[in-house]
Amino acid sequence: MDNHYNIYICGVGGQGIIKTSTIIGEAAMNQGLDVVMSEIHGMSQRGGSVSTELKIGGYNSSIIPKQGADMLLSFEPVETIRGLDKVNSETKIVYNTHPIIPSSTDKQYPNVDSITKTLKENFKYVLPIDGTQLAMDAGSVLALNMVLLGAVTADDKFPLTKESVIEAMKNNLKPKFHEMNLKAIESGYNSIKS
Amino acid sequence: MNLKELVTGDSGEKRFLLGNEAAVRGLIEAGISIAATYPGTPSSEIGNVLSVLAKDANIYFEFSTNEKVAMEVAATAAVSGLRSFTFMKHVGMNVAADSFMTTAYSGVNGGMVILSADDPSLFSSQNEQDTRNYAKLANVPILEPSNCQEVKDMVKYAFDLSEQFKLPVIVRTTTRVSHMRGVVEFGDVRDNSSNNDNHWKRGHFNKDPSKYVPVPAFAGDMHVRLWDKIRKIEEVSNKSKFNCEWGTGKKYGLIASSSAFNYACDVVKFNNLDIKILKLGFSYPFPQNKVIEFLSDLDEVFVVEEVDPIIERDTLVCIGSKNLNVQVHGKLDGTFPIYHEFNSDIVAEGLNKVLNFKENKSVQFTQSLEKLSEDIPSRAPVLCAGCPHRAMYYGINIAIEELGLKPEDVIFASDIGCYTLGINPPYNAADYLLSMGSSVGDGCGFSVSTDQKVASFIGDSTFFHSGISPLINAVHNKHNFVLTVLDNRITAMTGGQPNPGIPVDGMGDDAPEVSIRKLALACGCDFVRVINPFNLEQVVKTYREAFERKDAAVIISKAPCTLIKGLTRKPPVKFIESNCNNCDKCVKELACPAISKINGKITIDESQCDGCTACIQVCKYGALEDGR
Ligand code: SF4
Ligand code: SF4
Ligand code: SF4
Repeated sequence: MDNHYNIYICGVGGQGIIKTSTIIGEAAMNQGLDVVMSEIHGMSQRGGSVSTELKIGGYNSSIIPKQGADMLLSFEPVETIRGLDKVNSETKIVYNTHPIIPSSTDKQYPNVDSITKTLKENFKYVLPIDGTQLAMDAGSVLALNMVLLGAVTADDKFPLTKESVIEAMKNNLKPKFHEMNLKAIESGYNSIKS
Repeated sequence: MNLKELVTGDSGEKRFLLGNEAAVRGLIEAGISIAATYPGTPSSEIGNVLSVLAKDANIYFEFSTNEKVAMEVAATAAVSGLRSFTFMKHVGMNVAADSFMTTAYSGVNGGMVILSADDPSLFSSQNEQDTRNYAKLANVPILEPSNCQEVKDMVKYAFDLSEQFKLPVIVRTTTRVSHMRGVVEFGDVRDNSSNNDNHWKRGHFNKDPSKYVPVPAFAGDMHVRLWDKIRKIEEVSNKSKFNCEWGTGKKYGLIASSSAFNYACDVVKFNNLDIKILKLGFSYPFPQNKVIEFLSDLDEVFVVEEVDPIIERDTLVCIGSKNLNVQVHGKLDGTFPIYHEFNSDIVAEGLNKVLNFKENKSVQFTQSLEKLSEDIPSRAPVLCAGCPHRAMYYGINIAIEELGLKPEDVIFASDIGCYTLGINPPYNAADYLLSMGSSVGDGCGFSVSTDQKVASFIGDSTFFHSGISPLINAVHNKHNFVLTVLDNRITAMTGGQPNPGIPVDGMGDDAPEVSIRKLALACGCDFVRVINPFNLEQVVKTYREAFERKDAAVIISKAPCTLIKGLTRKPPVKFIESNCNNCDKCVKELACPAISKINGKITIDESQCDGCTACIQVCKYGALEDGR
């Protein structure tokens, strides 16, 4: 069962989650790995929870079973909590610490530091990063997804090389933005590696 | 990937495709000439991709006004000898059903394929119906792909099958197949070009009323011919490579189709269960002999399928007809749930009831994590910042209040579109909903059966789809309600496809714009007003007038959806903090996602604000100002 790797990616509509996932999937394909992915499309309005599931290595179904993710990559703190049923004690949890406050006012938005603290009490690998800030440093808030993509490639168990992920990124995003996105990928990568 | 590669890609190349993109490659490989649809998630991306590629691929493509029209476009093309394709979501089949049922009788000459995308667990639909029932009802073959490669291969094969038996063929996907991405290897492309200058080849219709006009004198024979075909096709499904076996299990077997097969396969594989699997990709006509052969030396069989127990019932028929001693576990005996989408966990749980192979290992979390999980705010999709529907809903609620009506005195009949989200507070603007176009018919019904006021809401695309005939009904039968056509210049909910109200067609060419106002007038409505939803005063005034009338009044709210590509964004509003007295009206009554209250202070998210000015009119204290 070598090279099996499941990534659950979640966040808020409009954050570039599907693009990020497609890039990982294409990179896997280019490395000759079996890969399937499931995405939620739906009403086109922005602002709802969005998730994708990527499974690398010989799976038929594109849905990750409960506690079956090797990596939980979340674009938003509260969405990290919502994704926890895919997580086991070995799962790496990487998440962007910048909150997006939903307009529904049924519950108070929890404090992000306490989210981090609670997660760390329960899981071995909890890696919060201020992806939004890193993206702005790279040139635009829109590069957030590439920061997080870089962060995934830094995981030792991740079966794809950074090079092939960058190749797939170039194939999917406008040349005009390659330089900024490269910077974003590097900064995400370094924030996990260091 | 560049979408054009779906046309230019060579045989043997691989791409990481969405199921819906794979379907388009299947069409291109099959060399189709004509495609028509009405957009509906989960099938929508097929149309979005086709609309970009149609010319390169020599295909005529249209967004029809509804699924029935699309079915008729495809059927007539196919009967004229061209390969044609129509696609829709499961509920679209209901709209198309009237014509669809008879295409099975009249048959086709060129291949005709219908793709219908089911939506188990209703991610974006009003019901969970199973398209496979339509295959049985009409007596047409059905194929059920389970992954992206199969979507492409089955779409292509379906055309050959259709041409061979001169019968339309259904390809049934589900959300998880349409929206799955996987590696697809391309095959050969059949040439559909001709010496003609058109994007597509012209066919020819050879008249023969006895074959194509189902008056009673002819239709009886047509039905006989249809059954002859179906019996022959059953021989094909018995031998089809899409119905295949894996594994060596002697005691236990498992029959599955579509995405349910994927879950079952993974559970069997990753738990090393000794179960042999029969996958049915070609499930109607039911491959009886194949299934009987599979069952013959088994003791027990699981049937794993999503939505209705269709394969399960057919399996029971096989067992009964041959007096086999095989126990069936499926939906009917409660092994698997009878509704909603499956996943590996659900399938594993079902298998476990019989096989007891897995122990229950739940993880213990700290109390603070459990509390946190319970306390996170929900994040449902909302009307976008700057959406014109929000302004209308806000305005109508004010008008209702000003007229001294209580909310329970006004019934909101809603329809299928973004505006259905008006169901949420603070708008509470959806009380009843059946289907596309139903808000108008519902308006008729409520108006005769209650003394309440009725406000019906329908989108522009939905109005063209099926809002016009009930409006004619309303006028002629003197029904009294206010119909609002929310004309946002696009079919928004499915991702922004054109409709007859805008001057562009599905292939991106110029097209005559059909006027909703003139249509409403032509239906005989005396009160037809076109208003700007962002002019709050005008909105309220128009509703006040409309509610006082005794006939079917039509208000057309005309302003573009903010997600239309190429629109120039208006600058965000300015917040003058010193003027804000924290009345919360903007947050609580308008609920624009760009406005939130963080740490007791109003905050405008400039990256979201579309500068629509609605909040400026709502704020009585001048704390919000036009950014221009
Ligand atoms: S997609 Fe368009 S119509 Fe739909 S909610 Fe957003 S702005 Fe409104
Ligand atoms: S409506 Fe105006 S005054 Fe009231 S909270 Fe909003 S911005 Fe402040
Ligand atoms: S102008 Fe006001 S209501 Fe309109 S999008 Fe901006 S914040 Fe929302």
